[in-house]
Amino acid sequence: MNDETLFGRVSRFIGTLRHCQHLGIQAVSARKNELVVELPYTDAIVGNPETGVIHGGAITTLMDTASGTVVICALPEFELCPTLDLRVDYMRAAEPGHPVYARAIVYRVTNNIIFTRCEAYQADPDQTIAHCVGTFMRIGPEATPKAYRELITGGDAE
Amino acid sequence: MSLSQEMRKALQAGDYQKLIDAVPYARTLGMGSETFGDEVVFRLPRNEDNLGNPILPAIHGGVIGGFMEMSAMISLMMSQETPRLPRIVDFSLDYLRAGLDRDTFSECHLTRQGNRVANVIVTAWQQSRRKPIATARAHFIMD
Repeated sequence: MNDETLFGRVSRFIGTLRHCQHLGIQAVSARKNELVVELPYTDAIVGNPETGVIHGGAITTLMDTASGTVVICALPEFELCPTLDLRVDYMRAAEPGHPVYARAIVYRVTNNIIFTRCEAYQADPDQTIAHCVGTFMRIGPEATPKAYRELITGGDAE
Repeated sequence: MSLSQEMRKALQAGDYQKLIDAVPYARTLGMGSETFGDEVVFRLPRNEDNLGNPILPAIHGGVIGGFMEMSAMISLMMSQETPRLPRIVDFSLDYLRAGLDRDTFSECHLTRQGNRVANVIVTAWQQSRRKPIATARAHFIMD
């Protein structure tokens, strides 16, 4: 699959996640085993109204979305993969008023499990805001209804 | 880091709901709480805007995480003698069952409170407390 096809799939997938629409989370770029998504800064995700700093929970949602979606960039067929666990380390507070990006990679795929790593950052990718490792369970393409699979893969450029 | 005036007031009054409402992100999720004497159960009412997987449908895993993280922070703030703002250091989350499109609850246990670091365990469930949908462990630095 080329990057354009992957980007179409991940964008359509994120588009079906209602909470991501609510927060404005969007795919930025996709390639094999790697995905970048963006969380725009809004008042709705503020944790501390005194400082305007984003709540850790919104960062967790961003990283869960990136890690759960990057599996699409690693599998030949679209499968929904439920999250088994996530471990998030918060390295520094995000700068208020600016979007946060999350770059997720798949570093190992087995018959049952997908292992991911993800880093959240703002303007400078080397200034990590949060780091996350996750594991996702493979339940097979058949576990996802055909109509939904076609919704995600149907728009693939031939 | 500073606490807002609303947070200070809520802490002094021991009012969980006021403290929750002082946090914009908690209002976005629609979080609430119920107190039973000394105990508190946090509530995340069913909310379409919190859904992820449209097939089941299920609550977005990040929302469940955010709700649990928020629960841990609120109960930690309430357990302090003087108002202090916890900063989260890390968060480890196990998803045990799909969080379906219904009300979700959580409770917290302060495992260890040191001078600077606190460890909190959080459990979340829906229909039955005996069937948790997720468990989490968090470390906080106390400013």
